[in-house]
Amino acid sequence: MKYFTRMKIRRVYEWSGKPRSFNRRLKTYDYDSFAISVEGLSKIIINTGQDILIEGCDEDNPYVAKVTRLYGDENGQQMKAVVQWFMRVSEFPVNKLKLLGREPHPQEIFYYECRNCDNEVNVESILRPVKVKHLDSNDPFPDSADKDTLYVKLSWDSKVFRVVNSTVVESPAEPAPASSPPSCLKPSLPMSPSCSQSAATPRGPSRRVLPTPDHAIMHKASLGEVGCSSVGTPANVEAESLHSATKLSASKCLSAKRRNATARTPGVRKRLELSSPEKSVTGEEVLSQLLNEELESKVTLTRRPPPSPAHPLRVTHSLTPLRKAHRPTGAQCGVPLKSSSVFLNKRPLSDSESPLSPAKDDSTRATQKKELETIKEPVLSVLAEVENEKSPMVTETPRSSKRKSAMLVSSRIKKQLNLLENHQDPNSSGEEEDEFVPSKNDLLSSSEEEGQDEDGPNIDDQVSAKKFRYVATGSRNSRSKQKSYSSARTQRRTPAKKISPGTPQTPRHATPSIPIRSLQTQQPANILEEARARLHVSSVPESLPCREQEFQDIYSFVESKIVDNTGGCMYISGVPGTGKTATVHEVIRCLQHAADMDEIPSFHFIEINGMKMTDPHQAYVQILQKLTGQKATPDHAAVLLEKRFSNLAPRKETIVLLVDELDLLWTRKQNVMYNLFEWPARRHARLVVLTIANTMDLPERIMINRVASRLGLTRMSFQPYSFKQLQEIIMSRLNKLKAFEEDALQLVSRKVAALSGDARRCLDICRRATEICEHSAADPSSTGLVGMSHVMEALNEMFSSAYITAVRCASTQEQLFLRAVITEFRRLGLEEATFQQVFVQHQALCRIEGLKPIGVSEGLAVCQRLGACRLLLLEPSHLGVLQRIRLNVSQDDIFYALKAD
Amino acid sequence: MSKRKARDAHLPVGECIKQVQQILRERFCERRLPDRLEGVEAQYKHLLELLRRTAIHGESNSVLIVGPRGAGKTTLLQCVLRDLQKEEKVQKNLLQVHLNGAKPHLNSSQFKNPHVCWKSELDGWVCVFAAGLLQTDDRIALKEITRQLHLENVVGDKVFGSFAENLAFLLEALKKGNRSSSCPVLFVLDEFDLFAHHKNQTLLYNLFDVSQSAQAPIAVVGVTCRLDVLELLEKRVKSRFSHRQIHLLSSLNFTQYLERVWTQLSLPDSFPDKKFAQEWNAGVKTLCEDKSVEEVLQRHFNSSKDFRSLHMLLMLCLSRVSVAKPTIKPADLLEASRMCFADATANMLHGLSILELCLVIAMKHLNDVYEGEPFNLQMVHNEFKKFLHRKSNSMYNFEQPVVMKAFEHLQQLELIRPVDGSSAKVQREYQLMRLTLDHSQIMEALQKYPQCPTDIKQWAMSAFG
Repeated sequence: MKYFTRMKIRRVYEWSGKPRSFNRRLKTYDYDSFAISVEGLSKIIINTGQDILIEGCDEDNPYVAKVTRLYGDENGQQMKAVVQWFMRVSEFPVNKLKLLGREPHPQEIFYYECRNCDNEVNVESILRPVKVKHLDSNDPFPDSADKDTLYVKLSWDSKVFRVVNSTVVESPAEPAPASSPPSCLKPSLPMSPSCSQSAATPRGPSRRVLPTPDHAIMHKASLGEVGCSSVGTPANVEAESLHSATKLSASKCLSAKRRNATARTPGVRKRLELSSPEKSVTGEEVLSQLLNEELESKVTLTRRPPPSPAHPLRVTHSLTPLRKAHRPTGAQCGVPLKSSSVFLNKRPLSDSESPLSPAKDDSTRATQKKELETIKEPVLSVLAEVENEKSPMVTETPRSSKRKSAMLVSSRIKKQLNLLENHQDPNSSGEEEDEFVPSKNDLLSSSEEEGQDEDGPNIDDQVSAKKFRYVATGSRNSRSKQKSYSSARTQRRTPAKKISPGTPQTPRHATPSIPIRSLQTQQPANILEEARARLHVSSVPESLPCREQEFQDIYSFVESKIVDNTGGCMYISGVPGTGKTATVHEVIRCLQHAADMDEIPSFHFIEINGMKMTDPHQAYVQILQKLTGQKATPDHAAVLLEKRFSNLAPRKETIVLLVDELDLLWTRKQNVMYNLFEWPARRHARLVVLTIANTMDLPERIMINRVASRLGLTRMSFQPYSFKQLQEIIMSRLNKLKAFEEDALQLVSRKVAALSGDARRCLDICRRATEICEHSAADPSSTGLVGMSHVMEALNEMFSSAYITAVRCASTQEQLFLRAVITEFRRLGLEEATFQQVFVQHQALCRIEGLKPIGVSEGLAVCQRLGACRLLLLEPSHLGVLQRIRLNVSQDDIFYALKAD
Repeated sequence: MSKRKARDAHLPVGECIKQVQQILRERFCERRLPDRLEGVEAQYKHLLELLRRTAIHGESNSVLIVGPRGAGKTTLLQCVLRDLQKEEKVQKNLLQVHLNGAKPHLNSSQFKNPHVCWKSELDGWVCVFAAGLLQTDDRIALKEITRQLHLENVVGDKVFGSFAENLAFLLEALKKGNRSSSCPVLFVLDEFDLFAHHKNQTLLYNLFDVSQSAQAPIAVVGVTCRLDVLELLEKRVKSRFSHRQIHLLSSLNFTQYLERVWTQLSLPDSFPDKKFAQEWNAGVKTLCEDKSVEEVLQRHFNSSKDFRSLHMLLMLCLSRVSVAKPTIKPADLLEASRMCFADATANMLHGLSILELCLVIAMKHLNDVYEGEPFNLQMVHNEFKKFLHRKSNSMYNFEQPVVMKAFEHLQQLELIRPVDGSSAKVQREYQLMRLTLDHSQIMEALQKYPQCPTDIKQWAMSAFG
């Protein structure tokens, strides 16, 4: 139906009722509830203990929380709410989700137990109430989830998932709710179907019984109220009032009512949590508009009737014309009925299911009616949607009480539906039935979805695309059991969308791997092999010696940022092989450990490497993927990240981003670098960026001012290792393994320190030396230790240039040619000559040496061979005798090599 | 057996010759790996040990095999792989050997050709071959690697995505592995230097980075003939490279070279017709001892030590063996040698017309006079006219357009080449040219030119036009 995003509509927040208490010290008033009113149209009352949605960076998935306390300052300007957060699946870092060990339900949320997050929000950021229902950890998720019902199974304390018990989620530690309901027992009506609906929050059956009647009363009251108060749109207001009632958990409702009976001004929040209102069907809108007149009478019929056994029947009647007239609607109306019937069949006592079907009828009709009045007005349409949810209450009571009639109806509807059902339906309903048998009272009507998820995840995956199609065509799938078409649609869509890129790819992501080796790796058999394994660069040492100071600096930098919940940049430079990346990793490891120990708040570490991406803009893609698991084009990823880092997100963990090989992220406009350094400065970003590159003056050299400025002056430079440090590194790696002679180690480290100070080089040389030692172990004089001779050999192998050997090993003609080149250079006084000139010299030399002069072709071949080895630098060979020749080796080297011959 | 032997002994000469041709050709075309490598035992051992450690201990390594063209770098690698494979099999029957598509001996020949890449799964480990001439950029190389690792099956029907996805995909695959459980992967990068020219050296960085971190064990073997290859590597890439280089520089002397010729030509003991084999081998022995043959071989040895050119020479000899002449005679070798050393450009002069030849001679004189300065058609024509005038011989009196045509023909044959800077605006008569022939070539060609007029020969030999 029609929900246009009405982001900009002004909402008015005000306290409802008197302050409950006054805190003298802080000069704050505590309140029990407040009201959100939308442009005078409606009001929503939010009580403490209620679950709410809070505006976040992701419009489709606002944050979920429970109000634990409401307070404002003396003059009423500041309205604050203390909340207990819940975490959505989408807010989880991808890697953490793995801990869950199963596919999270799209509507699953997690009780958030982290202490370090900011749990105070401005009341203005609250969007509207939401239903949160607790499920036992073994229970399947109800299938027909609608967008407004969320499920809690587990809690998350930033490290592990724990089973959360229902009382924690359910009853707020704070004021009113759970305790109060028992006291007010006025409602006499027995089973309240509304429980499942209105009180999304799960509660024991005993508790549940009580509040329900209250809803009915409330409903009536609101109706009455609406009658006099609402201007012009009675249906709307009625809907709203109903809605607000549903939103409140029954108990809360009661308490709220008790406390301020007058304050019951139902309101509707404008900003509904719709994934993308634009997407929701507009064609439907038109159709329904056409239908309006026809429907109106029925609407009134269905809505007006007081709770009576006859009601369900009426619903069925109304169903048929609907379906004829407008298929999607019909289907929708039908399926809920079916679901309810299933439900009833299975567990007649748990009435919570049954209300659904009438509800839907009601809602659709109400919507349509509303459209009649104000089709163009978005707010109203939203209201209509809201109304859907609460409307069941009108009918549910009678329904449940008359089980027999309900069953009758349901069976009839079932028959009808079977005709409509596609092949998938039996499947799902079957699962649903399976699910429902064991299901507990607190299950919501929507368990099918979960059933599918849990029972046949594979099917779900495969089918998801198909499902998506159904959705688009007005499906009668699992989705159809959702309470309101619109919410069903939007909600269904969102996961479907996420899945369609995600799910088919999951296997893709899951599988790429190198085949497993068939034979076990051999363990190192002797000391030398052991030493070699330890000296391999890849083996991670227990600690990083010689970088204590740098470690400390980085550690304290990152730690302070994490503790303060702020962001910052750091630039780390140093030549290759000086332990930059290793140190940062070590820091992160220590911080992770500290976080595990609860010494610091937990954080999320992401690493990107400029060399490991094909294009600087891929950085966005990789960050986003590592952050949320989403895949996006670079541009889109940039937008998403921008949004994420600029919006308030009180529960976000600090993100530590390591950008390795920063210089490769350079682009002409430098926007990648700019963004990387800009984000940490954002107020809510909580991003710590550690950048690594080789050159110390990179910010000055390649960055434009505004980028360099944002990078800031937190710099650190890793000096090349001195020989002592290198020695220490090797010693610490060897860890008292006696494989090297002392002198040998010193030689290696001195040599490497003199050349580059690259620890990798040092380790590689040592490794090679152990190999050489192993080979020479046969000769009796060896001690089994790596000695000077071995190290010398390894050093020679790695450092000596091969040019001299190459010249020595060249053929006679090649050597002659090199000499001819030098002679010609001497003659010309230049370092360059053409082949023709050299060739003349060459032939002269041949005669001197007593060799038969060679032909031009042969001479060219000789020249080419030398060029291929890069002893000579040549022009392209097609120039023939005209190509110019230069030497790539020093003349002295050549003379030396030839003389020693 | 004896029966067969008896029959074999009477193998007709034609059959024997056929056998000889087959065996030796296989050898010379390097279609069969030598059973034992000579002269490179140390390198062989080093590489074998290195790859064995990767296979057995899961130790990541990187190594470069450097040596001049034709020095046997690839042969070395192939031999190591072959022996390693045998060894593993001996050690324990692990998996079945999957040699994709080709028999082992075919593989080597395929590998000789840089345009064919192949993949083989040796016992429990995987080789990936990539040739710099074929995988001209990282994108293609990545695709090839993915294909050879059989990872593309994972992607299913999806045609492989962008370069970025590709890279991320491969890196993820490698990252997932660890030292003890993953199958070691051997990456062979042929023409390694060309990979260093890829943008940012992304592929090399990532391969070396994997080899230096605790991910799937890989061995990176680069094969190149450039001695300065390390200087091509970017400093970060260089730091990650283990700096192991195996140099294949043959230091053999002439006696070893002769020995090699002898072993290359002689027939194996397994040759069916023992008698023929003995005769053949004896013939080869006498051939090698022949003075003139030795001279020829010495010349070859002086020119180049690599065996590929030797094989070329021997191949030419072999092709002259026939039923009528079942041995290699020294004359064959001389002839073959002459063909090998034949100067291609000089040979081209034999096909020129007299006018064109005259122009070439005129150019030679111009070069002498002006010491290699470029010339144009007009100058050449003038020089030619001077010669005609002196000889007062009207026989070669050609019109300007005819001369011009001849001149253009020379240019098409690339015997002359326009000077780089000369712009196209200049009239063709005045376009500056250079002669791409050496004087010795011209003189040689004139000697052999059929029925070359004496006055032209004299003109060519005279010091001044």
